[in-house]
Amino acid sequence: MPSPKRVGRIEFGLLSPKEIRQMSVRKIIWADTYDDDGFPYPQGLMDLHLGVIDPGLRCKTCSQKAGECPGHFGHIELAKPVIHVGYTRLIRKLLRVTCRECGHLLLSPEEIQKIIGPEEEATGDSLTEKDVKKERICPYCGEQQLKINFEKPTTFSEVTLDERGKKVDNKLTPADIRSRLEKIPNEDLYHLGIEPSVARPEWTILTVLPVPPVTMRPSIILENGQRSEDDLTHKLVDIIRINQRFKENQDAGAPQLIIEDLWELLQYHVTTYHDNEVAGCPPARHRSGRPLKTLSQRLKGKDGRFRGSLSGKRVNFSSRTVISPSPMLSVNEVGIPLSIGNEMTIPVQATTFNLDELRSIIRVGPQRPDLQSPCGANYVIRPDNRRIRLAKGSGPDEGNLELIAEQIEPGWIVERHLRDGDIVLFNRQPSLHRMSIMAHLVRLMDGKTFRLNPAVCPPYNADFDGDEMNLHIPQNEDARVEAALLASVQENILSPRFGGPIIGGIHDHISGIFLLTHTVRWFVKDEVICLFRNNDILEQMGTPGKVEDGVPYWSNKQVFSKILPSDLNMVFRASSCDGCDECVRETCERDAYVKIVDGQLLCGTIDKKAVGAFDGTILHRIIRQYGQARAANFIDDVTRLSIRGIMHDGFTFAIDDEDLSRSDYGSILEVLDRAKEDVERRIQIFEDGQLEPMPGRTPEETLEMQIMQVLGRARDRTGEIAGSHLGLSNSAVVMAVSGARGSMLNITQMAGCVGQQAVRGERIMRGYEDRTLPHFQKGDRGADSHGFVMNSYRSGLTPTEFFFHAIGGREGLVDTAVRTSQSGYLQRRMINALQDLKVDYDGSVRTTGGRIIQFEYGEDSTDPMKGSFGEPVDVEGIVENVLKEEV
Amino acid sequence: MALSSEVNVLKHEMVPEHSIMSAEDVELLFSTYRIGSEDLPRIYHDDPAVLAIGAKINDVIKIVRKSLTAGRAESYRLVVKRPKK
Repeated sequence: MPSPKRVGRIEFGLLSPKEIRQMSVRKIIWADTYDDDGFPYPQGLMDLHLGVIDPGLRCKTCSQKAGECPGHFGHIELAKPVIHVGYTRLIRKLLRVTCRECGHLLLSPEEIQKIIGPEEEATGDSLTEKDVKKERICPYCGEQQLKINFEKPTTFSEVTLDERGKKVDNKLTPADIRSRLEKIPNEDLYHLGIEPSVARPEWTILTVLPVPPVTMRPSIILENGQRSEDDLTHKLVDIIRINQRFKENQDAGAPQLIIEDLWELLQYHVTTYHDNEVAGCPPARHRSGRPLKTLSQRLKGKDGRFRGSLSGKRVNFSSRTVISPSPMLSVNEVGIPLSIGNEMTIPVQATTFNLDELRSIIRVGPQRPDLQSPCGANYVIRPDNRRIRLAKGSGPDEGNLELIAEQIEPGWIVERHLRDGDIVLFNRQPSLHRMSIMAHLVRLMDGKTFRLNPAVCPPYNADFDGDEMNLHIPQNEDARVEAALLASVQENILSPRFGGPIIGGIHDHISGIFLLTHTVRWFVKDEVICLFRNNDILEQMGTPGKVEDGVPYWSNKQVFSKILPSDLNMVFRASSCDGCDECVRETCERDAYVKIVDGQLLCGTIDKKAVGAFDGTILHRIIRQYGQARAANFIDDVTRLSIRGIMHDGFTFAIDDEDLSRSDYGSILEVLDRAKEDVERRIQIFEDGQLEPMPGRTPEETLEMQIMQVLGRARDRTGEIAGSHLGLSNSAVVMAVSGARGSMLNITQMAGCVGQQAVRGERIMRGYEDRTLPHFQKGDRGADSHGFVMNSYRSGLTPTEFFFHAIGGREGLVDTAVRTSQSGYLQRRMINALQDLKVDYDGSVRTTGGRIIQFEYGEDSTDPMKGSFGEPVDVEGIVENVLKEEV
Repeated sequence: MALSSEVNVLKHEMVPEHSIMSAEDVELLFSTYRIGSEDLPRIYHDDPAVLAIGAKINDVIKIVRKSLTAGRAESYRLVVKRPKK
């Protein structure tokens, strides 16, 4: 509903010279700051009327101390007017649309009517430069207008014709311009979108310059006792110096030339004082050569006042350190080093109920000795808001722990340390989506890094190659409740991006659960116990799948079923499914047909499709059927079980795992040789002019496409040869088939042939004239000379192959670098546009002002996070669960 | 007759259904959402579809679109004058 107060309109105006003098408390005439005793010069830039920054002194205007006095403006009377750089475009427009003689708008009332439109349809639009024809005659006084030239940064000139009819540039001084702007009548300014009562155009030409208070340009005292002035003060010193010299020369009746030079110099200093990055103007520099940071630079850009100080701020109760994995933590937890836990606090209000507990917390003091000991506190806050630091004391110093523990009573606040189970917000930049900040439960740990379960890496996009993350501690009950209800990890397992789980098994979790559940294997009791070493399995294992020679055996599928909800029914195909034309279901020889009935895995392999982040169908179903808590539990169970599973068999990988047999190498070589011959043959056909071009392509393009095709096929063929040799006993194949990491293409490149290197989707063509490298004949179109890498990573690349490979690799790097910067800016613009839209109680999407953006959120009022991959209801899954059959 | 004059944008399959709302319907719309005309999304008076249905400035038009999520989605817009430039 409409907000209680609404901004009707905003008026922008200019400071008039009168206003500047009125708000000024002191006229500044001396360029010096402090005298030899370190006392500010009266009427100097650090005059005590402008406010105080040194402790002990009092402001001469408001007689307050440093820190209390807000500062007051002074002013400088300029010897001659100068242009304000910020308004050069407005000045140019005004000079061009008004008469140089009488100052009237160069349009008759009828013409104005025509452009602005009839009064009843007035839209508040104003006239622009384009509405006035160039060099016309004034409709009021008949004066012939001249062309106005503007040269950056602040030069205006008029084009006149001399006696021989040649064009001559006549410079306009700021004083000339000012007198012209003064002549523009108020009525005409309305049509130009200017309200003359607050912004007379001549005020854009400065005759008096405000001097900002010292509080906004404080000087700092260096270690050697020297004073170092602010950049703004330096600039003001320059302005006053030139201004003084200008005045003296003027009074002495100096020649016109010198006056003009000084005028220009004064203009330069005032320009750079406002903006030190204007086009066509060398930036003013510090003695060290560093460009000065003047007024405009203080506001602009990422670290400027708006983006750096107002929209973004630094916060307390936060910490940052390197992250490392800890698979034994729950996904809901985060491991925090004791040293951080002892530093960061949560305020606890003392009541009659927790007084004893708080007393014992205070007695522990500011340093909790080890992980097991109860938490301590750093500060207590008395009801009169006095903050008392707790000190343990050593030797003769007794500290104040006992004393304060005795004093404390309801109404006091104790800032106690973090302890296990506290809720905290955990964040990794760049925070691109809501899952970049999630609430975790604290678990204090040894070491100096934050620890997190690798299953929550995907939403943060974190890895452990040196990534750092931030931690924030909510400081009141409301914030903690909100964090737990909205931001906690288990509430964010489903991503609103695609309506599926974004948290789930990764890497070894997938390989492990794949190895554990693939085909049917039997485990004796000891092995089963070992597999469940890390899980909290409370019930018995149940009847063994088979008993041989009196020894009970449980199958691997039975083991996995133990962590499933007991009434789950699912049928789906695993990542390892080949997508055969005719599915043989239960008898699949890849064991990719997964069937779960009443919580028992009957057949099929558990892999990425079942429990992986981004896919995880089982995870998804558990959330929809049993809720988020059960799903978080399941993720913990799966990751723990799979890690024991992978440890049961062991899992290693080295480059010589990709060695093939002698005959395989023979056939790979044969395939490649034949492909090269094929390429040569096609080139021959092309050079004979016999090549039939494809529709819409030149013969060259056709040949290129054919070559790419032939070579691509050849590489795939070598992959097949390698693949037939390497089975599931090969770790790379296990990772590729289960979806844990890598693909069959990566294996092809390691074992078979790296294949064609490409730049922009074409073979490598750049380099020398008619050839890529001096190693080749000019005009050679063969495979080798355009970046076909015959070798595998295992066999090693030849020097030319290596070079081509580097060319192809570089393109990839450049692409990622460009993409991240572009998408970052895109994201910034999008967030700025959308950040305060909200879904109202009636389901409509509105701005904060109550204006409607969408009449029904997403047109169907469905939260993508609560849906199933874009559909509001997972009908198929529900039917499947009831029928216990594939639908 | 020139071919161009026969084009009716409303008949194009990609142009959703536009219609001018009656005063009562507009009143009902405003009361259900508790809004005034200034809170509505806008459409320019010289929009081809607005010209085709003959809506005037300050009319409210109803647009019925096919929706990927909901099947059918209604939207309402206030006709405003296109600002200069």
